[in-house]
Order: sequence, then C-alpha cells, then structure tokens
Amino acid sequence: MGVSTASFDYIAALMQRETSMLYGAGKEYLVEARLLPLAREAGAADVDTYIDRVRTDTAERARTIDALTINETSWFRDNAPYQAFTQRILPELITARATRRHLRIWSAACSSGQEAYSLAMLLDEHLPAGWTAEILATDISHAMIERVRAGRYSQVEMNRGLPAPLLVKHFTRDGRDWTISPRIRSMVRPRQMNLCTPFVGLPTFDLVLVRNVLIYFDVDVKRDVLRRVHRHVAPDGYLMLGSTETSFDLDPQEWSRELAGTVPLHRPLSHSLATAAGGS
Amino acid sequence: MLALVVDDSRTMRTILRRTLRSLGYDTVEAQHGAEALALLEAGVSPDVCLIDWNMPVLDGLGFIHAVKQRPDWRHFVLMMVTSEAETSAIVRALAAGAHEYLVKPFTTDAIAEKLQILGLPTHRQDEVPA
Repeated sequence: MGVSTASFDYIAALMQRETSMLYGAGKEYLVEARLLPLAREAGAADVDTYIDRVRTDTAERARTIDALTINETSWFRDNAPYQAFTQRILPELITARATRRHLRIWSAACSSGQEAYSLAMLLDEHLPAGWTAEILATDISHAMIERVRAGRYSQVEMNRGLPAPLLVKHFTRDGRDWTISPRIRSMVRPRQMNLCTPFVGLPTFDLVLVRNVLIYFDVDVKRDVLRRVHRHVAPDGYLMLGSTETSFDLDPQEWSRELAGTVPLHRPLSHSLATAAGGS
Repeated sequence: MLALVVDDSRTMRTILRRTLRSLGYDTVEAQHGAEALALLEAGVSPDVCLIDWNMPVLDGLGFIHAVKQRPDWRHFVLMMVTSEAETSAIVRALAAGAHEYLVKPFTTDAIAEKLQILGLPTHRQDEVPA
C-alpha cells in the first residue's frame, strides 16, 4: 500500500513545524505503521485517506502528532547511566544539598515515564531519611503524559529491564497490567511540554536528563534546546544525554564534560548567561 | 557463554535457543527440572539457567530448591521464564533463590536486558557498566 509522496511530505512538514522532529526520506514505513491504527479507528480506507482528513481535522492532527512522537523506552535503559546516578551523582548531590535536603530532577522527553519512575525507585532506595525529591517528567505527547500520570504498564513493558525485586516492591498487579505504588508516583510530576518552545515556569534542576530525543532534531534545534536547558541546570548540577547522542552539540563555553565510568556527565560552566536571560 | 534452558515445551526451547544464540550464548536443554539436575550432576556448568515453572517430574521451583541445597551449585545464576505472572509467584521464586524473573511472552530485548541486570554479557550490550 504505502504512503503517497504528497501525504508523506505533508506529514514531514507538519512534524517539523509542530515538533522540530525530522522525518526524512526513508521514514515512510514508520509514518504508515504509526498512522494505520489511527486510520482504522477513524474508519478511513487507507493511510492516505486518513492523512487527507488530518489536513483539516484539528483533533486528528493532534492524534497524529502524538502517534509520531512516541518512542520506545524501557526501565533503567542502558543501565550504566543509572549506575552513574547512584554511585556518583547522588552522593555528590546529597553532600551539596545537605541544607535543603531536597532534589529536583527533570526527565525531558519522558515518553511513558519509565526513566522518571526508574529514578524515583532509586531515590526511594538511596535518599537519606528526611530528604524529598521531585522529578518533573515532560513529553510533547499528551497521551504519554496521561500514561505517566496513570503509572500503569503492560506485562510487555514490565519485562523490559525492570529487576524483579523492584517489580515486587513497587508495583501492584491490576488485571493484566501493573500499577506503580502511590509513594513512587508521588515523586513524579508529569507535564506536557514541547522542548522546542520556551521553557515557562521551570525551576533550576540538580539533574536534567535529555536522553534519546535530540537525535530527532536538526543541529540548530539541538543547540537551541541545549542552550535553553543550560539555564535550568544548577551551577553544581548535571546534564545527561542518551547513549546514542554525543556531546558534539554542547557549546564548550557553556558545558564541561567528565566521565563517570563510561558515562559522560555534563556540567554547566557559566551561569551569568542564565541570569541575563531571565531563565525562560 | 552457556545457558541451560529448562522447559517442557519444545517450541519454547527452540525460541529460547534462537534468542540466546542471537545474544552470544550456546545452550543445553532439559525438558524438566530432574533432567536439568542430571545435567548439572554430569558436570554441565552454565553461566545462566532459564527455568520454566510448570513442568512434569520436577517443576521450576523444585529445581531451584534443589540447586540451592547444594553448596557447590549456589553460584549458578537462576532466572525463571514462565507465564506465571502473579505477584505471589514472583515473590515465591525470589524467596526460593531465583535471581530474576521474566514473564512469557517475551522479546529478545527483554531477555537481553534481564541478562544485563544479572551482570551477564550480551552481543547487544552497547555500554559497559561503570
């Protein structure tokens, strides 16, 4: 069947305009695979017919954008960054925040929330008594943010990288799904947000994770996002990128790079810029 | 690397054999817990055991109990791979000595990630733990 060139070009332009995500030639199969279920639900004969409707139907357009921004994720994805978190970042922050006894973390492009909840489970285990933490979990997809809010996962999702002792400790079986405990869920604050638009009302964070999302942006957008993220990382805080993302797009005048084992950690160098920019 | 696959379903053993091979593991197979114990007695020394729960002769939980009773076998890494998905079943398996637990059906990625949790290498492992 396939997607016509005109339909694909329309979707590629829509995605770049609304999300800055690049859908280049060769991604036709992905558009078809993601939109076919929506086309069937909408009663359209095929994906091309559905895309014709998307051109004029705002609700279907929003659903299309949601479907095309959802990415695969797993618990404790890549493993090593979480070891760096517990062995290096967390001990340092516990020393540095001894007065405040509160940590602020931002999981940007959080998808269905596994990254944010993985961190919350580690904080539950490793934070000293009397400490609190808040993890802001943002994603461009409204549907994903609702999933984070629900904290409910299928068995297939639970199989992906979640150690069995943590499953038993923090999840309750609910029909064929699993629901995360209220204690872990209370640490995570879900919020719909587009990384490519100004960050409104965000505080400064002790750790920001922008993992496996920059790969979808062109160089200018990547650099713009990272420049704006810089204003929201505490002077002694950290930025972590995904294992497939290099630090090539980080301005060396704004970030220093160090290694925790094999995991690159990025620290903001100058905060005079952030103050001047008003932290927007 | 060597994996011992203990499952009474030939189809499931084939799926696991192919999955594990794609991750860099050779396999030896047993149709139930007693056959698996015989393999260990004969000197087979797997890096990981993937064990079904419900099997004839000796079930997966019985196999784990038997392994844990032998001091010279306590180092074996044990992972349940079963369709038993209730919390109580997972708790029982962990209490008996299983190190990990995977619910069927599974994907190759799910097996790979469980092996990584257990500190075992896979071809897909793209990062060395810090």
